[in-house]
Amino acid sequence: MATTFDARPAAPPLLDRLSAPKAVLILVALMWVPLTLYVMAGRNLGVLQPYILLPAIPATLILYVLAVRAWRESWTAVIGATLVFFWLLMAVSAPYLPLLDPNKPIAPFVLPFSHGKVGDTFFWLGTDFKGRDMLSRTVWGCQRVIVWGVTATVVAYVVGTLFGLIAGYLSGWWDELITFFGNVLLSFPVMVLFIVVLNYLGPSGFNIVIAVTFASAPAIMRIVRGLTLDIKSRDYVFAAQTRGERPFYIMIFELLPNVRGPIIVDACLRLGYTTVAITTLTFLGLGLQPPDPDWGLMIKEAAKTAMLFRFSYMLIIPALSVSTLILGFNLMADGLREISLRD
Amino acid sequence: MAILILRRLVQMALIIVVASFLLFLIFDTDAFKKKTAIAELGGFGVSSLSEADYQKWLDEKGLNVPFYQRYGKWLGDVATGDLGRSYEKSTAVGPLLLDRLKNTGILAFWVFALMIPLSLVTGVLAGMREGSAQDRTLSFIAVFTTSIPEIATAILLTVIFALGLGWLPAKSAMIGGFNWRQLVLPVLTLVIYDFGYVARMTRASMAEVMTSQYIRTAVLKGLPFRHVIVKHALRNALIAPFTIIVLQLNWLLSGVVVVEVFFEYDGFGKLLLEAALFGDIYVVQACTLVAVVIAVLSQIISDVGYTILNPRIRFA
Repeated sequence: MATTFDARPAAPPLLDRLSAPKAVLILVALMWVPLTLYVMAGRNLGVLQPYILLPAIPATLILYVLAVRAWRESWTAVIGATLVFFWLLMAVSAPYLPLLDPNKPIAPFVLPFSHGKVGDTFFWLGTDFKGRDMLSRTVWGCQRVIVWGVTATVVAYVVGTLFGLIAGYLSGWWDELITFFGNVLLSFPVMVLFIVVLNYLGPSGFNIVIAVTFASAPAIMRIVRGLTLDIKSRDYVFAAQTRGERPFYIMIFELLPNVRGPIIVDACLRLGYTTVAITTLTFLGLGLQPPDPDWGLMIKEAAKTAMLFRFSYMLIIPALSVSTLILGFNLMADGLREISLRD
Repeated sequence: MAILILRRLVQMALIIVVASFLLFLIFDTDAFKKKTAIAELGGFGVSSLSEADYQKWLDEKGLNVPFYQRYGKWLGDVATGDLGRSYEKSTAVGPLLLDRLKNTGILAFWVFALMIPLSLVTGVLAGMREGSAQDRTLSFIAVFTTSIPEIATAILLTVIFALGLGWLPAKSAMIGGFNWRQLVLPVLTLVIYDFGYVARMTRASMAEVMTSQYIRTAVLKGLPFRHVIVKHALRNALIAPFTIIVLQLNWLLSGVVVVEVFFEYDGFGKLLLEAALFGDIYVVQACTLVAVVIAVLSQIISDVGYTILNPRIRFA
């Protein structure tokens, strides 16, 4: 993602300056922090709520331009990024788009591209069984999937990487203990783990984060542990040890940057898995709760009420939405792997 | 080899003990007992119970016995083959589980019967000429089908084949006895989701073999390309997919949950979800037991198979 910053006397073009790691980090924060606050804190934001997402919109657009520019060699990555950023843009701009209220019942079972029997509101994607606008529910629905999916993946990565570094670098008893608990968790089928954890803690976004961490962190731990074992005998690690650095410093500043590459690709794939998991869990009734719009919930509700060909749009629209988002993550991962193999 | 298998089995026993202990610990909390009560008696029924009545109910269900005693008893029972009784269905867990596992077994058999040839052929055709148009098309299809979550595949198939064309039934509850037509959509859903992953792994393995020296020699000495692929490349290229296919068994156990719930097919996954939602601890314990055993056994089979197929690998 980060192209090199070369310090020529003439100031580099704007896009180059924005591609520097620091600038990208700031842009990501500008996009991500408001979105997370908006979804997690929601109504507690008070007066800020209507405005908080405004800076995120330009940040998302600039990030998209930068991503396309950095990955232009790989078509797969560009297509993937386009899909992902489309939904990101929908997520950050949902409050400002001219949409109907996603939770307000208007007229039930109106087919797509029609006016329905009452009033003159035109429904692009029709309405659901309670008469709520499908277009608006689809656009609003991506907010929660994206925020919870990414948060869960990030937390799982932090935990998994930390344990992986400890197991790989310290070895000995630490390694035995961590690996055994990793194996215990890995030998559960993922769904069993999800169902048990969520059933115990109760269904909510924060608990999904915990469940995903339990399910994903052991696998991440294994990858990081393997990579750490591979690089811990390098000279720069010995140099740091000779300098008398603490193990924690070595893990974070010497080992972590060097295991970064394979982890980023794996993270893109895992984002896809997590999105699938959240949608599936919500469909099973263990995930996010009504009434706020969410793709999994839309499927769950429609699967009970709309099992007729005429009304199958209620099922197909959320199914296609979630598929495009996951396809985006997977194509991005594929493209990034292609790029990293080329260098 | 024998030592390796033995060590794995010991590890499996340890994992089962730790996992079942944790499950008992979770299900022993007051909140969970209350949940079981609400699931059985209804929310109103529980709120109208006096504290003494509630305690009596717990006694009747055997839930008031201290946790370690219940756990010890359960361990002993399992060792003698008794898996306890289901609170929800008030039958013995053993036969219930066996029945559901049989249904999931039928499902899994057909999934594997279709998925293995399909994914191997796709993977070999794609990996044969890396970077060609054929490779790109097949790889894209593989990524594409894997990207559609099972729930979405299930929906699209149902809408097209059941609701639209009316060729197949939309639900697979098998109320009127076994009916193969009800099996088609769940099997297809699982195959479509899973085949892409195995195909991509096969492709990677095939592509790697194709770059090796002995293949180049075979091509250069003028053997027909088909001959090179079938006689030389396939032998080595199919070793890695073997392990992956065996490990899919483990994936299938979690994959079936959503498919069985959506199609209302009475299998292992649906049983597990219902039991967990009800707080039916003995059923959840039995399901977990089966799941862990299958997971570890499939790992052992894949490891042992790998060493047999590839004599260069030796376990230390």
